Amino acid sequence: MPLSRGLGRSYGDSSLPAPGDLTVAGSVRADRVLAFDPATAVLRGEAGLSLHQLIRLLLHRGFFTPVTPGTQFVTLGGMVAADVHGKNHHRDGSFGQHVLGLKLRVADGRIVECSPHQERDLFRATIGGMGLTGHILEVTVQLKRIPSPWIRCESVRLPDIDAYVAALKEAAPLWPMTVGFVDCTARGKHLGRGVLYKGRWAEPHEAPSHQPLPLRPRTVPFDLPSGLLNPLTIRAFNALGYHKHMARVRTRILHPEAYFYPLDKLLCWNRLWGSRGMTQYQCVLPDEAGPGAARRFLELLVSRHAASPVCVVKDCGPEGIGLLSFPRPGITIAVDFPVRDHTQGLIDALNEHVIKEGGRIYLAKDAFTRADHFRAMEPRLAEWETIRRRWDPEGKLRSRQSVRVLGDRAARAGVVVTSTRSRRK
Amino acid sequence: MKVVFIGATRGIGRALARQLAGEGDGLFLLGRDLVDLERSARDLEVHGGRTTGSVGIAACDLGAPEGFAGALDAADQGLQGGFDTVVITAGQFATQDQLEADAGLTRALLDVSFTGTVLFCEEARKRLLARGGGTLCVFSSVAGERGRKPVILYGAAKAGLSHYLEGLDHKFHAQGLRVLTVKPGFVKTSMTAGLTPPPFAGEPEAVATMVMRGLARGTPVIYAPRVWGLVMLVIRWLPRLIMRRIGF
Repeated sequence: MPLSRGLGRSYGDSSLPAPGDLTVAGSVRADRVLAFDPATAVLRGEAGLSLHQLIRLLLHRGFFTPVTPGTQFVTLGGMVAADVHGKNHHRDGSFGQHVLGLKLRVADGRIVECSPHQERDLFRATIGGMGLTGHILEVTVQLKRIPSPWIRCESVRLPDIDAYVAALKEAAPLWPMTVGFVDCTARGKHLGRGVLYKGRWAEPHEAPSHQPLPLRPRTVPFDLPSGLLNPLTIRAFNALGYHKHMARVRTRILHPEAYFYPLDKLLCWNRLWGSRGMTQYQCVLPDEAGPGAARRFLELLVSRHAASPVCVVKDCGPEGIGLLSFPRPGITIAVDFPVRDHTQGLIDALNEHVIKEGGRIYLAKDAFTRADHFRAMEPRLAEWETIRRRWDPEGKLRSRQSVRVLGDRAARAGVVVTSTRSRRK
Repeated sequence: MKVVFIGATRGIGRALARQLAGEGDGLFLLGRDLVDLERSARDLEVHGGRTTGSVGIAACDLGAPEGFAGALDAADQGLQGGFDTVVITAGQFATQDQLEADAGLTRALLDVSFTGTVLFCEEARKRLLARGGGTLCVFSSVAGERGRKPVILYGAAKAGLSHYLEGLDHKFHAQGLRVLTVKPGFVKTSMTAGLTPPPFAGEPEAVATMVMRGLARGTPVIYAPRVWGLVMLVIRWLPRLIMRRIGF
């Protein structure tokens, strides 16, 4: 039974076949809406239905997904498998908390329905289970009614990471959506200076009377040289991002795509990183780590000269229902790195730091984490593995990531996956 | 338009039916699998912003001509005032290797993709002409343009179909029957799943957009993606000596 794969936007090897397996089961042609009731806003769709399509169909009718990740090129199945979170995590939790039911094809070929009330264990293992418990076939989700299709956004510039985190925590009870970018290359008293964006759906009287037209994306036509994004240009890019925003508070009405999906404006943006590529690292530093956790993480980045053009910092609310689901109360930080020879060492160092802080990493973004590190971050892993074994005793469903991080057996004997990229040397 | 659609559950048919639904056209779906038809009907209703149950369905198998009249009667009832457009994207496909190894499969393919499709068109044509004309939009293939090694049998069925449709256009155009022959090249759908896409492989949504334009303008022959029109122009003029040597 091959691994299922949606639109392939996870940053690491989550949707790649394990070594020796040759195929994945693509889900994107299974993209039908099977039921939608405008009265209850409940939608049932095939797992390959993309968020892009869903928005095109329902935004103008006043409905939106309860939780959206940073791209709309993601399938319903993928949103369940990674239990995606968004700018509203502190208030609405992750996607899995809005899923009313799933239809799965489990490893022995049976079709099983599960929900918070039916086959609850399978449901909990599937939300955030990276597609390793079965093929997700259908998803029933509670959509959200919105007052208008536009976003009212207030943004503010903050001088350092402590001020940024304080502003983030202050905004949490007042704004349903918060997100921001900090400059992780600035040192000293500027460490972690950034811009915080607080948003909510605009009320009808604030919003333009017309519908937002779909934005026309541009495409990066080919791989740019791998060295283009280097510490120097990344520093400049970060400084520009900070200084572009005036010191005063800025309030405006934004196009929903511009607000939620800034990266979708540039198709094939990964080519900016050249043929060696990039990796993303996202971790959550829990509240128990105490104040200053974000600062300590940024200090570690600076001390290792790990420059990232984008460093997203946001707060997380309570843990969801998914057993391997990523978010937990605390601060989450996401950074992008070019893949270089030392990247494995950098990720190892970051993981050791995150373990010390009691945090964990996001599998959908990961390409380098070692199995022992992941185990140390995930006390819930044993329970998840027990449930998974019950539904897939032979371990038929596996991915390149599950071989690397969860210690699954590869189809080809003797293969040890350390990272996706280091193989190329 | 009020459209009877056979083949709307998958591939280019699904994409085209969605665009028709988005334009507000009435739809009635025919097919073999009622459960699957039901799922597509609900999908099209959401795509068209319409109420549940407004897209009707009925069973119809292109390999079983005795059911055609009943299916078209059902469509006439489902679409108030009767249909004015018939779209056929359904067909059967198998690779040349599979067909050469299995005479039963070859027969089934010829029955569905040629005999059944032509008989369905005949039934639909009579009804359309009786109500003063209409549109018949049928998916043939670039495989029918010339005898080629990888698609001998499939191509033969499609060649026959293209020929029939061209004749239909010549004879009944003056009486108000518009015949559209769509000739897709390689398009990435469930039909071609597992085959290696050649250069210029198309996406179903893009092909559907071209067919929508063709429906609006009444274009008699549509190559989609367009570049396949040029490719086939070359292929048609290649001497036999070369065709025997190349694998295309």
